Amino acid sequence: MIYADNAATTKMSGAAINAMTACMQDIWGNPSSLYGLGQRAKEALEDARERIAVCIAASPKEITFTSGGSEADNQAIRSAALLGARKGKRHIISAAFEHHAVLHTLKKLEGEGFEVELLPVGPLGTVTADQVAEAIREDTALVTIMYANNEIGSVQPASEIGAVCRERGVLFHTDAVQAAGHLPIDVRAQNIDMLSLSAHKFHGPKGIGVLYARQRVPLTNLIEGGAQERGKRAGTENVLAIVGMAAALEESCSHMAENAAKVSALRDKLISGLSQIPHSALNGDPTNRLPGNVNFCFEGVEGESLLLLLDDRGICASSGSACTSGSLDPSHVLLAIGRPHEVAHGSLRLSLCEENTEDEIDAILKAVPEIVAYLRNMSPLWKDKVSGKRTFIL
Amino acid sequence: MAFYSEKVMNHFRNPRNVGVIEDADGVGEVGNAVCGDIMKIYLKIDDGIVSDVKFETFGCGSAIASSSMATELIRGKPLSEVLQLTNKAVAKALDGLPAHKLHCSVLAEEAVRAAVKDYYDRQGIAYDPKDFPDCGSCEGCHE
Repeated sequence: MIYADNAATTKMSGAAINAMTACMQDIWGNPSSLYGLGQRAKEALEDARERIAVCIAASPKEITFTSGGSEADNQAIRSAALLGARKGKRHIISAAFEHHAVLHTLKKLEGEGFEVELLPVGPLGTVTADQVAEAIREDTALVTIMYANNEIGSVQPASEIGAVCRERGVLFHTDAVQAAGHLPIDVRAQNIDMLSLSAHKFHGPKGIGVLYARQRVPLTNLIEGGAQERGKRAGTENVLAIVGMAAALEESCSHMAENAAKVSALRDKLISGLSQIPHSALNGDPTNRLPGNVNFCFEGVEGESLLLLLDDRGICASSGSACTSGSLDPSHVLLAIGRPHEVAHGSLRLSLCEENTEDEIDAILKAVPEIVAYLRNMSPLWKDKVSGKRTFIL
Repeated sequence: MAFYSEKVMNHFRNPRNVGVIEDADGVGEVGNAVCGDIMKIYLKIDDGIVSDVKFETFGCGSAIASSSMATELIRGKPLSEVLQLTNKAVAKALDGLPAHKLHCSVLAEEAVRAAVKDYYDRQGIAYDPKDFPDCGSCEGCHE
């Protein structure tokens, strides 16, 4: 099997599994309990918090554990919105290509009287700091722009956006789910007020994530109950998963440069090989992109068919076609960068990690062109383009 | 459980009757590129019987499987029977489709119907227009 869907999830690392296994056997107490067993769990929890904080240059007090990236996004945005509303600020700036965890939360807030402004993201899928600066108003409560896009991999100028927001006194949240463990993050230097991350995107376990919130940025609870997480997120802590997340993040961060060098070389080989397919196009920024992200549109074919045939050859990938999104429309990200519906249906995302090999890239580069050609050969849409009845878009 | 039934995957992996009939007696094309699926069915009719049928499809796994199955279901059948083909029959023959994929079987039914209508038009054979609605249940139509 060739696993090329690391943006969907990753295989757990040995470090994470070992840390969790040890924890499962010995540290199963409740961190809120007073006796030794509980206090050992508390120590493990706080140790993990410190180590995670170090990875993003935060302080441990600024780390809140959540059930994952979606919860972190929800809580960050809700918290900033409530804070803003208290001061009469009800304007929120975001971008058209954000994750649904952000967009759907914003949609809800619109229904609650907030005004949401989604910035256009341009053909390469990038928001500029100038766009943000122009959009900020007196009543802007929050700017939320992702660190790197999950579908097309474009890396956003988080530092520049952070600087603009800080200067104008507006809270800046970034969904760093695809970036954490893969790109350097320094919340202090980058003026990031809130940040979401998710363990299973960097070889940690599923169902656990972090909301970083700078000191003096008060959080609003999504989950009420006990006093865990300084009272900001009730529920007995998932110590096991938290310990696994800390181990995975530490390992990813300590090998970040070498992994990025290796993975981006594989990525570039894949991009240059797939570019040979006629009437295809790379989605996202060709250079300023996540080390492992490759995303193409192939005209005249539909993404789900492509995925099924890749699966038959043992290759795991994903697509932004309507049929794979479970809705009638193709990926909102591809539409946001200006791809027409027709072309967006024929998208393929391959996302690599440091465990992928040159041989695997060669196998993908053999399979994709063959499958695209096969599907095009039975596609009336493709035939119409070849015969000139319809025009090529790519 | 797999996403698709084995029958769907069988017809997707080894679609029956893919291709073009150059001298077809009737051709039907339904769907659109914006929605992400287009089906085209070619019929050869001899003495009111489908003597040959081919299809071309741009679409997902179930769209390809539905077209393949539809061609199998109408091959060798008289047109009166061909017009009885329903999307339910296509889906049933495939051992079912996921709920949000039933649309694909509808397209297959409509493509067959459109091809028969084209044959009737070419032959000047009278028919009840109610049997051939212009546009079916493609709820995702953006055009």
